[in-house]
Amino acid sequence: MEKFTTHTGIGVPLRRSNVDTDQIIPAVYLKRVTKTGFDDALFAAWRGDESFILNQPAYKAGSVLVAGPDFGTGSSREHAVWALNDYGFKVVIASRFADIFRGNSGKQGLLAAVVSQENVELLWKLLETEPGKEITVSLEDRTVTCGELTVPFEIDDYVRWRLMEGLDDIGLTLQNEGDITEFEKTRGSWRPKTLPAKTEPKVEIEAARPVDA
Amino acid sequence: MGTTLAEKLWADHLVRKGEDGAPDLIYIDLHMCHEVTSPQAFEGLRLAGRPVRRPDLTIATEDHNTPTLDIDKPIADLTSRTQIDTLRSNAQEFGIRIHSLGDADQGVVHVVGPQLGLTMPGMTVVCGDSHTSTHGAFGALAFGIGTSEVEHVLATQTLPLKPFKTMAINVDGELPEGTSAKDIILAVIAKIGTGGGQGYVLEYRGEAIRSLSMEARMTICNMSIEAGARAGLIAPDQTTFDYVHGRPHAPEGQDWEDAVAYWKTLTTDEDAVFDAEVNLAAADLEPFVTWGTNPGQGLPLSAAVPNPDEIADADEREAAVNALKYMGLTPGQPLREIAIDTVFLGSCTNGRIEDLRAAAEIIQGRTKAPNTRMLVVPGSARVRLQAEAEGIDQIFKDFGAEWRNAGCSMCLGMNPDQLAPQERSASTSNRNFEGRQGKGGRTHLVSPLVAAATAVRGTLSSPADLEGADLLVGAGA
Repeated sequence: MEKFTTHTGIGVPLRRSNVDTDQIIPAVYLKRVTKTGFDDALFAAWRGDESFILNQPAYKAGSVLVAGPDFGTGSSREHAVWALNDYGFKVVIASRFADIFRGNSGKQGLLAAVVSQENVELLWKLLETEPGKEITVSLEDRTVTCGELTVPFEIDDYVRWRLMEGLDDIGLTLQNEGDITEFEKTRGSWRPKTLPAKTEPKVEIEAARPVDA
Repeated sequence: MGTTLAEKLWADHLVRKGEDGAPDLIYIDLHMCHEVTSPQAFEGLRLAGRPVRRPDLTIATEDHNTPTLDIDKPIADLTSRTQIDTLRSNAQEFGIRIHSLGDADQGVVHVVGPQLGLTMPGMTVVCGDSHTSTHGAFGALAFGIGTSEVEHVLATQTLPLKPFKTMAINVDGELPEGTSAKDIILAVIAKIGTGGGQGYVLEYRGEAIRSLSMEARMTICNMSIEAGARAGLIAPDQTTFDYVHGRPHAPEGQDWEDAVAYWKTLTTDEDAVFDAEVNLAAADLEPFVTWGTNPGQGLPLSAAVPNPDEIADADEREAAVNALKYMGLTPGQPLREIAIDTVFLGSCTNGRIEDLRAAAEIIQGRTKAPNTRMLVVPGSARVRLQAEAEGIDQIFKDFGAEWRNAGCSMCLGMNPDQLAPQERSASTSNRNFEGRQGKGGRTHLVSPLVAAATAVRGTLSSPADLEGADLLVGAGA
């Protein structure tokens, strides 16, 4: 993961609340087995609408998304973060994020910055008055700057540290592998194991067929 | 001060306490995988040269993409087939148990785990799917994770996590006839909002919850995520123990005795304090349906489509305007008059045997509305077999419904079971997001009872709206 300290790029005002992960990337795009190549899937349903913000030339090359509250609700699909990354977004700003989305972002180097709704409104106004205006996000100072306006943002201390160091979670956990092994020795023998597999008797499943309308 | 159930489960799985703001390391007892959110995780392991730490605590099934017709033929959609083939080859390479299409134990991952007896009280359960909250119905700490976390669990059998806050949802009193667990959870979400549970584990409590069957409890916990919560919980009791007992992976002999003794300690202490509490009176509930494009936009069936101008909050007002435009609805229109093209009965929310029985009881001896199609998709192949053994499949077929093979199906439309643009559904699933069931499709979330009554009348309906409804005996799923 790349280290994140500061980023400057075009701000994109997305005046919608409750942008769920089905909007960020519809399920039909989840069939790929790779982690990249999802840029065309981002906001796929809305991209067909000419007036959609990312279809406007000034915002097309945006990399800082400023959205309404409760961004990333719904399905746990990490593809939502990959799609935002693939499109070129480095930062999403909102007053509230869904928990799973925020967790996924931190693991993929996408900064989810929590800014008060009052300040989101100020950013929206600036970005709409001057389409294509740049925003600077400093993870070091925890600030968002747009022209004369500088506002603070919140982020979990640990996630900030990991993003700034560009650290991989699995590597960090495996440093404590001894603790995991010790814990495993204390687990009760009633706790189930999937192997060897136990099932009810195997039965043939009959395939359903289309019904003539 | 005492501790809550969620805090007890956390403490019992703590591998290592985080220091200096670092998260705690939590042990995972059961990890379930499916084809959509796992391929990139296995690829990550392969690239890093890491094995799966505990294949014996891991299980995979195929559900999101699988067709519900012609399952004995090759999957027509090439990308779906690739994804399923990838899961099969990953399972083989890493030594993971898999229940593939055509196997009697294939089905929606959240239906399969409990029916195999792999979900039990006192466990931590994860899956790369937000509806993993379903398993909280057993008094297990169960939550959905992203693909990076799937890889993390495969490699380490743990997750670094920050403790959740706790919220009590107290549902007192008795449910009125014609209402069910689905109405409770839709009412909860409408009350606290789609973001109301963010950062919380919800613990459902109270007389109305205690009197629910395990399957109904799963319906409630399943939709905790729609209120933004990471997990939902119900303390285990005799109902839970009876449900687990005798299942393929249930403990036996002394292990069973030890397990039950431990499970009985899994309650919130009387003097424990929740970070938040919400109260709901079951007796006030009516059949609930959604009118908008998020699960919080719901109302009792007797209400009318709301007027956005009367909504005080600016964000909510704008969301309502967008929702009504997408849904093609007019303010003031009675919900009961909304005509439905397709009724979908199934999903990890309401695709269990009790759901099918409850719906079958309503439609038996009645005729399907001519312009409404009904799709019945059992949550798992075992549920389908059970229904066929009980003759329920024949009731659906006689009614004119389509009887399908198991899978996620139209809940999220990753397989061919999709709505056409502007096609309107009454769906027992969990999400009414724009395009969820097919591009341009319009979804109303409903209970199995409302789904069945709607299929009879062709408009959103409750069993009480049907002719001869007074003859119905209480259907309680």
